[in-house]
Amino acid sequence: MPTITFIRPDGARRDLAVAEGTSLMQGATSQGLDGIVAECGGNAMCATCHVYVDEAWAGRLPPLSEDEDALLEGAAAERLPTSRLSCQIVATADLDGLVVRLPDRQV
Amino acid sequence: MMERQQGSVPAAPATLLAGAVHVSGAPVVDVDPFSTEFFEDPHRIHEALREAGPVVWLPRWSVHAVARYEEVRAVLHDPATFCSGRGVGLSDFAKEKPWRPQSLILEADPPAHGRTRAVLNRVLSPAVMKTLRERFQAAAHRLVDALVARGEIDAVADLAEAFPLSVFPDAVGLREEGREHLLPYAGLAFNAFGPPNELRQRALDTAAPHVAWVMEQCRRENLKPGGFGAAIHEAADAGAITHDEAPLLVRSLLTAGLDTTVNGIGAAIYCLARFPEAWAALRADPGLARAAFEEAVRFESPVQTFFRTTTQAVEIGGARLDEGSKVLMFLGAANRDPRRWDEPDRYDPTRSTVGHVGFGSGIHMCVGQLLGRLEGEVMLSALAAKVGSITITGPVVRRYNNTLRGLERLPVTLTAA
Repeated sequence: MPTITFIRPDGARRDLAVAEGTSLMQGATSQGLDGIVAECGGNAMCATCHVYVDEAWAGRLPPLSEDEDALLEGAAAERLPTSRLSCQIVATADLDGLVVRLPDRQV
Repeated sequence: MMERQQGSVPAAPATLLAGAVHVSGAPVVDVDPFSTEFFEDPHRIHEALREAGPVVWLPRWSVHAVARYEEVRAVLHDPATFCSGRGVGLSDFAKEKPWRPQSLILEADPPAHGRTRAVLNRVLSPAVMKTLRERFQAAAHRLVDALVARGEIDAVADLAEAFPLSVFPDAVGLREEGREHLLPYAGLAFNAFGPPNELRQRALDTAAPHVAWVMEQCRRENLKPGGFGAAIHEAADAGAITHDEAPLLVRSLLTAGLDTTVNGIGAAIYCLARFPEAWAALRADPGLARAAFEEAVRFESPVQTFFRTTTQAVEIGGARLDEGSKVLMFLGAANRDPRRWDEPDRYDPTRSTVGHVGFGSGIHMCVGQLLGRLEGEVMLSALAAKVGSITITGPVVRRYNNTLRGLERLPVTLTAA
């Protein structure tokens, strides 16, 4: 199972095993990670599962869809070039070791 | 009662049906989820429906139904098999003319649905919500100040209805005159999703003036610049939809954007008045306001039900459904399914509500969910800041609607913090 590292704004790290085919958001919320709200439950409608993908990994993810891009414009925390919605990143073997940072707020 | 043939079991006393199975393989449960008895206490019947099996047959309306979380979610997430284009009420548009021109979004399927949905997604996006927050917050604080000064109020009319009415019509860009048609229109539209019972009949009998007013407001010249309505017409200018389609998409906002939020906020107040621990937690941390609203949507499920229609023969939960079968989804039952939720009958704003289906799920998930949450959050946050206690002071009266769950009256006393 790929391991994904989530880093909180205060620097605390948590490594979570996320089943392949499952989104990072699902992996995080089902294991009780604070800092990802995911109000819409993974339907790409709310922008409350915002993460910053580590720059080393940014180019290795599938590109943003138009919908995700528009939603990120409304994210509560600052949007950066590495911003993604974690419900739209599906864990695969290739993403083992992926590092994402949580924003200071989701709402 | 509808006359539908396809292997229907005739309605009979529950005792005669114990253990009966429909030809589809679904256990028969003889209850009427559109009855006064049900509206007064849906939870006991929800439990019976969930426990009878993953898919059940309701002889009262000759329809299959799902009440467990897993099956409700599965139906919501398979729009190719369980379509919306034949109507999301009991009436099958392939056999009966819709009572009003068919919705371009709620009662549409891919690929057509994606085009109209994209327009409303943008009109009601997170970025747009940011522009409304301050104004909505100020309105919530003004209203709560006035209500605390009065002390004794009806939390339905004076709060749950008054607040959305003070912000939503302006956000759409509606003119002032005639806004009293909005709630009756929504009430009748949601009654019309139900079976041909008295509620639906009365709704349709009294619809004409409300329908006429609403359709008139959907026209571009009646919508103020800067509002959601004008934004939909601008999407037509940009070619995303046609100019003929724009008024019908505005109508979707007017149908689904107000009464739902009213019942969501009403649900939250009713929960907070009944669960002192939850109220104390919200008072101690007003940052819980948004979660307290969300949990109220799970707990009360203001939108209780929607239907889908099968596009092909399909097996689900051990039952084999023919093409053209209506399937009733009990969102409220799924939101309290003990297979999915710990202590489902406890209102707990600190629980994780991720995945609840109170706003639906999948491609038709409520397009106004962010607006609903914003209204709910700012209202609960204003209450937490200004109100010390919410005490129920008289009989709580339920409002009967074929789709919406909410109250007619909730007399409470608010004391200042």
